[in-house]
Amino acid sequence: MNAQPASLPGVSPRRRRTDKVARVLLLSATLIALVPLVLVVYYLIKKGIGAWNLDFFTTDPSGRFFGDPGGIRSAIVGTTLIVGLATVIAVPTGIGVALYLVEYGSESRFANVVRYFVDVMTGVPSIVFGLFIYIVLVLGGVAGGFAGWKGSIALGLLMLPVVTRASEVVLKLVPDSLREAALALGAPRWRVVWKVVLPTALPGLVTGSLLAIARAAGETAPLLFTAFAVKATTTNLGAQMNSLPMQIFSDVRQAQDRLVERAWGSALTLVGMILLLTLVARLVQRRSRLA
Amino acid sequence: MTLENASTKAGEDTLASEQTEQEASRFERESDATTKRGATGRSVTLRGLKAYYGDSEAIKGVDLDYEPNKVTAMIGPSGCGKSTMVRCINRMHEEIPHARAEGEIKLDELDIYGDDVDVVAVRRVIGMVFQKPNPFPTMSIYDNVAAGVRLSGHKGGDMKQTVERSLRGAGLWDEVKDRLDEPGIGLSGGQQQRLCIARTIAVEPEVIIMDEPCSALDPVATLKIEELISQLKERYTIILVTHNMQQAGRVADTTAFMLSGELVEVDQTEKIFTNPGDKRTEDYVSGKFG
Repeated sequence: MNAQPASLPGVSPRRRRTDKVARVLLLSATLIALVPLVLVVYYLIKKGIGAWNLDFFTTDPSGRFFGDPGGIRSAIVGTTLIVGLATVIAVPTGIGVALYLVEYGSESRFANVVRYFVDVMTGVPSIVFGLFIYIVLVLGGVAGGFAGWKGSIALGLLMLPVVTRASEVVLKLVPDSLREAALALGAPRWRVVWKVVLPTALPGLVTGSLLAIARAAGETAPLLFTAFAVKATTTNLGAQMNSLPMQIFSDVRQAQDRLVERAWGSALTLVGMILLLTLVARLVQRRSRLA
Repeated sequence: MTLENASTKAGEDTLASEQTEQEASRFERESDATTKRGATGRSVTLRGLKAYYGDSEAIKGVDLDYEPNKVTAMIGPSGCGKSTMVRCINRMHEEIPHARAEGEIKLDELDIYGDDVDVVAVRRVIGMVFQKPNPFPTMSIYDNVAAGVRLSGHKGGDMKQTVERSLRGAGLWDEVKDRLDEPGIGLSGGQQQRLCIARTIAVEPEVIIMDEPCSALDPVATLKIEELISQLKERYTIILVTHNMQQAGRVADTTAFMLSGELVEVDQTEKIFTNPGDKRTEDYVSGKFG
C-alpha cells in the first residue's frame, strides 16, 4: 500500500502556451485561406448578377459595337457540348486505365511507368494541351481548322489524368475481401470487376469524373487554340464554337461597360454550373457506402 | 466420378446400421421440395503440398486426407500456415502476388492443379467462407445469395427457389424472408456470416472451406454457425480453420494440428484433445503455448 495519496502533475504552463499559439496560428491560416474565396464569390455576385436576365441566357452575342451586346446562349451551349464530348472521351478511358492499374497491372513495371506518366500529366499546364492540339489538329488541318471537337480533345487530354488518378484511388478503396468473395464463388475476373468492383466503386467514380468535368469546364487555354469562338449558337462540333471561358476572355478586354458586365455575368454562370456539378458529386458521394 | 460412387465412399467407414440411417436421411432430403439435388461431399487429398510467398516457404510439404462429409478442423497458433494451406485447396492462394503452390491436391481422383483444369471451375466446386463476413455492399439480401449463381455465369433454373433453398440451408430464411430486398450489410454480423454461407451453398459446391468463420462473431452467433456446420456436413465436406480449440472439439470429426508450416498430427478430434501422439500437440491443446 502506498501511504501517499495519489497525485499527478498538472499541465505545465509551457505546454499551455504552446497549445494556444498553435491554435491561433492554425486558425489564422484557415481564415487567410477563406479571404480570397469569399472575395471572389462576393465580387462575382455583385458585378455579375446585374447582367442576369432572361435575354442574357436566351440570346446570342450580337457583336454590335454599340447598343445591346446580346446574351451568352452560344457560350452556354458551346461549353456544354465541348465539355460533354470531352467527358465521353476522357471518363471511360480514364476509368479503363485505372481498372488496368488496380485490377490487372498492379505490380508490373509497365503499370508503374503508366502511373508515373499519369502523375506528370496531371501537372502539365492546360495551355500545353491546347498548343499540342493546335499544332497537330488545327495547323495540321485535320478536317479543317478550328473546331469544337478539337477543343473537346484538348479538354479530354486534360481530364484524362485527373479521372485516372481519382478512379484509381476509389477502386483501391474497394475491399479485397469483396474480390476474394467473388473469386471464391467461382467468378471469372472480368465478372468480378463488372459486377462487384465497379458497382461498389460507382459513387466514387462518379464524383471523380464530375470534379474532372468541373475543372475542364473552366479552362480557357485549350479552347483558345482549338474551338476558337463564334457569336451564334451552333450545335455542330465540327465548326468553330463559342464557350463560356472564351466569352469571358474576349469580353473582359473590351472598353464598353456592358461587355465587361457580360463577362462578369458569364463568369457567374460558369461558377454556377460548376457549383451545380459539385453539388451533384456531393450528393452521389453521400450515398456511397465506401466513404 | 459419379455421385453414386461418392456416396458409397462416404458410407464406407460407417457401420451397416448407420449406413441405413444415412441412406434414409438422404432419401428424405432428396424428396424435400427445397432440395434441388442430393449433393454430397467429396474427399480432398493433399500430397507433398508446399506453398510459397515469394521465396519464403509457408507450407513445407503437407500430406493430408479430408474425408467426405466430415468436418476436419485445422488448429495451430497464428502464422502456422493453416489459412495459407486451405487457400491452396480452392486455389485462392495464387491470387496473392508472387504466391504459388507446389505438390498435389486431389478432389476424389481429380488433380485440381492439373494443366487442363480451369481455376474458376475449381472454386465453384470448392467453396469458401471467410473470416470476416463479406456480403456485397451494393446488393440486397436476395441478390447476395443469387450473386453466387450469377457471378459464376449460370443462367436459368428457378433463382427464387435457389435463394430460398440456400437461405434455408444457412438457417437464415426465417429471419430474412420478409426483407429480402434490404441491403445485405444491414444484417448483424452473425446473420451476415450466414448470408455468406448461403451465398456459398447457392453455387452447390462439394467441399466448403471455412477460414475462421466465427472469429468476428459473438458466442450466440458462433453457436448458430456451429450448429449449421454440423448440418452442412451431411451434404458437404467441411474444412474448418479455427483458432478456437473448444470449437474444434465441438464440431470437428477429425482435427489436424499445424505448426510452422508443417502438419504435426491429424487424428480423431477426441484423440487429439485427450491423448495426442505428439508432445507438441499435447503442449498446444493443453495451453502450454500458442
